[in-house]
Amino acid sequence: MIRLIDIEKEYDNGTKALKGVDLRIDDGEFVFLVGPSGSGKSTIIKLITAEIAPTEGRLMVNGYNLNNIRPGQVPYMRRTLGIIFQDFRLIDKKTVWENLAFVMRAVGASNREIRRRIPYVLELVGLEQKADHYPTELSGGEQQRVAIARALVNNPSMIIADEPTGNLDPQRSLEIMTLLDKINELGTTVLVVTHEKALVNRFARRVVAIENGRIISDETGGYYNGQKT
Amino acid sequence: MARRLNSGYYITEGFHNVFSHGFMSFAAVCMIVACLLIMGTFTLLAVNLEHMLGELEKENEFLAYVDESFTQEQARGLEQELSGLDNVAEVTFVTREQALEDFLQGREENKLLSSLPASVLRDRYRIHVKDIEDMSETVKLVEGVQGIAKISVMLKVAQGFVLMRNIAAGVALILIGILMIISLFIISNTIKLATFHRREEIAIMKMCGATNGFVRWPFVFEGLILGVTGAVLAFFLQWGIYQLVCSAVIEANGLSLVVIIPYADMAKRILAIFAASGFVIGVGGSLMAIRKFLQV
Repeated sequence: MIRLIDIEKEYDNGTKALKGVDLRIDDGEFVFLVGPSGSGKSTIIKLITAEIAPTEGRLMVNGYNLNNIRPGQVPYMRRTLGIIFQDFRLIDKKTVWENLAFVMRAVGASNREIRRRIPYVLELVGLEQKADHYPTELSGGEQQRVAIARALVNNPSMIIADEPTGNLDPQRSLEIMTLLDKINELGTTVLVVTHEKALVNRFARRVVAIENGRIISDETGGYYNGQKT
Repeated sequence: MARRLNSGYYITEGFHNVFSHGFMSFAAVCMIVACLLIMGTFTLLAVNLEHMLGELEKENEFLAYVDESFTQEQARGLEQELSGLDNVAEVTFVTREQALEDFLQGREENKLLSSLPASVLRDRYRIHVKDIEDMSETVKLVEGVQGIAKISVMLKVAQGFVLMRNIAAGVALILIGILMIISLFIISNTIKLATFHRREEIAIMKMCGATNGFVRWPFVFEGLILGVTGAVLAFFLQWGIYQLVCSAVIEANGLSLVVIIPYADMAKRILAIFAASGFVIGVGGSLMAIRKFLQV
């Protein structure tokens, strides 16, 4: 569960990115976070992943109080999250299998656990035949599916996808969003940051809209900026 | 998922990193070798200088003349007391007859001296000290012995040796310290360059929940491998250079004034010092290089 209570964030250069944001995302929810560039979406993601700290307000992520979390606890908090980036951020010199195995090793998984878990996750994202391929040998959609598999491989309770379809064509974007929907149906909380109005409306989920550092709408049912397309 | 110490993984990754960034690894090893060779050369120079001064110190002695009123037997009786004094390494009794013989050596053609009686000279002790630095204190102690009439000592020469030794040791120590710090920064920057294009990999690991230790350990092993490889290479190169310089010095040193310590006599110590330096430079450099990239 994520809980932001009256969160303010002012950067060192004086920019006020968030102004009194309140947001609650319960376990098992699927939430779209939408808004124009510079509205504060990325700041929310960075706060949730503990890359930055809030200036004011209270912040809880999956049972961790990020206001007074010790630096040594941050990795353990991050293990409860699976993060997907717009630019995939795969390691080109590692195969698909190795890209997944190294994040499992990072959290202390044994070779046995790795051998058992990776085929399951690859099957879930439909890439079981591509385990030995390098990222550069895959299409954009396939690379993003590898990134989703990597986010899932440590069995997090929440997936955070930051513009996951930004680099994909509409067909691939739909495939990726359908996959995230399927993951949510399996019980994982999903938070998707996106600009894609058509996709947001197609899935008819909870939509949180943010602008100028404030939440301007929070509705369920496929709305984007309060307007149905 | 259980947390475990993945030492096998860290070592494998360390080796993998060394080979997958071949050129940077080669550059780092070359830098370590160069730095250790410069340090090693200065150290060996200092050690040899110290050794030569030590040899010269052994030659340093002073003479204690026995009171003329003492018979030879009484004079010999002082030996035990002199030997027991602090800082006295060796005491040799020289009779006035032996002293005259020594004096006349090389002066055989001087007719005026041929009839010189031994009685004009005194019985004496030739005294070697353990530490030349404490020579003046030892001289005072010997002067205090009843029966010793006069002391002949070249304190300035002794002090000169001490000064030279201290300067050589000080200069060597400062140079080694400076070179060590320079090496650390050069290696740190070399590893930093190697680390720079892996910052993405590190950032991904950190975002996936890797601890700083998990990210750091493969880099530490990489630094260790580079440091120790550089140290071993530098050790053998140093050996070769030393042998070459030794041969040249021995050839030019017809009078055998310069005494050089064989490399083999110091090999174990040099290897240990190089290995320790390689370890400190490699591991220290890696830790300095990786620190910045862990702040994600």
